[in-house]
Amino acid sequence: MTAETAPEPQSQMHWFLIGARGLFSLPAIILMLSFVGFAAFTAEAKIPVGQVMFMTGMVWALPAKVILVGSMLSGAHIATAFIAVTLSSVRMMPMVAALIPEIRTSRTPTWLLLIVSHFVAITAWVFAMENVRDVPRYGRVAFFAGFGITLTITNILLVGIVYGAVSEFPPIVSGCLFFLTPVYFLTSIWISARHRVIYWALGIGLALGYLFAVIAPEYDILLTGIIGGTLAWWGERMLRRKEAAR
Amino acid sequence: MSFEGPWPYIYIAIAGWLATDFWRWSGVIAGNRIDEKSELLNWVRAVATALVAAVIAKLIFFPTGALESSPLWLRLGAVLAGALFFFFGGRFRQILGIAAAIAFLAAGLALTGA
Repeated sequence: MTAETAPEPQSQMHWFLIGARGLFSLPAIILMLSFVGFAAFTAEAKIPVGQVMFMTGMVWALPAKVILVGSMLSGAHIATAFIAVTLSSVRMMPMVAALIPEIRTSRTPTWLLLIVSHFVAITAWVFAMENVRDVPRYGRVAFFAGFGITLTITNILLVGIVYGAVSEFPPIVSGCLFFLTPVYFLTSIWISARHRVIYWALGIGLALGYLFAVIAPEYDILLTGIIGGTLAWWGERMLRRKEAAR
Repeated sequence: MSFEGPWPYIYIAIAGWLATDFWRWSGVIAGNRIDEKSELLNWVRAVATALVAAVIAKLIFFPTGALESSPLWLRLGAVLAGALFFFFGGRFRQILGIAAAIAFLAAGLALTGA
């Protein structure tokens, strides 16, 4: 191959638009339906639409927003809300840390990665980890930015548009939309799990989540995360050691 | 809390945005350096997943709004129907699982007169 026959490198804008096209992928469409459900949830909770759009852009991750709304509704102190939200978002760190080596080049500035990292959430992460290998390395940050930014802005607008309509939905429709969120999370976590400990943590977390919601409703999410996560990690590690010893 | 004035926006910015982006920024900084095989990262993964599972459990067992008065067996049945289609759904398992759960729920809500 000589330089003459090598394919012309595509522009950054090209890869940004290729990423933006991911808006029409299945995970993006399911996420948008979940955001319609989230709009229904916040509309019923009587949180003003401006605040719902603001948190969609600023927080972006759906579980963190559900916890934030729960804290706002229960009148939790801002420090309590911060702890609950930040604990639910710890998973962002390993997600981002796993994505960064996949998308950056040796010349990618850190400030650009800091900005782009804001658009990481379960859906964008799963989409990127699956598709980024088909994109040449120099175009990967643009590709991810194209997908993440388009998806975020679309959902901010979507929440703003449907917020007024969802309160008029018949209960059966808003009920089904509400239920999309937990069902979507269950399938997404299962599919994106790359370690056995994730399945254990999911199962134990569901059971303890119910238990602590009954016996300690104020701290249920924190307690479930720390106790359930530690149990899952410890149990899986014991089994791993047993298998290694065999 | 009151939803008037600038306070809710400050609340969302601190307890929502900073609380979330702090970890995203830490993820960038950790970048290459984090050891994918470290036991600490395994524990962090497990705790993070259990936290999200707690949120899911609350949404299923103690929903707010339209589903608050729906019977628990209906919601659990919907999750089971979804799981069945998910685990036998092959390539389209995610959309099949979600569709089956929602269809079961919708049918149940219609029959129980929600």
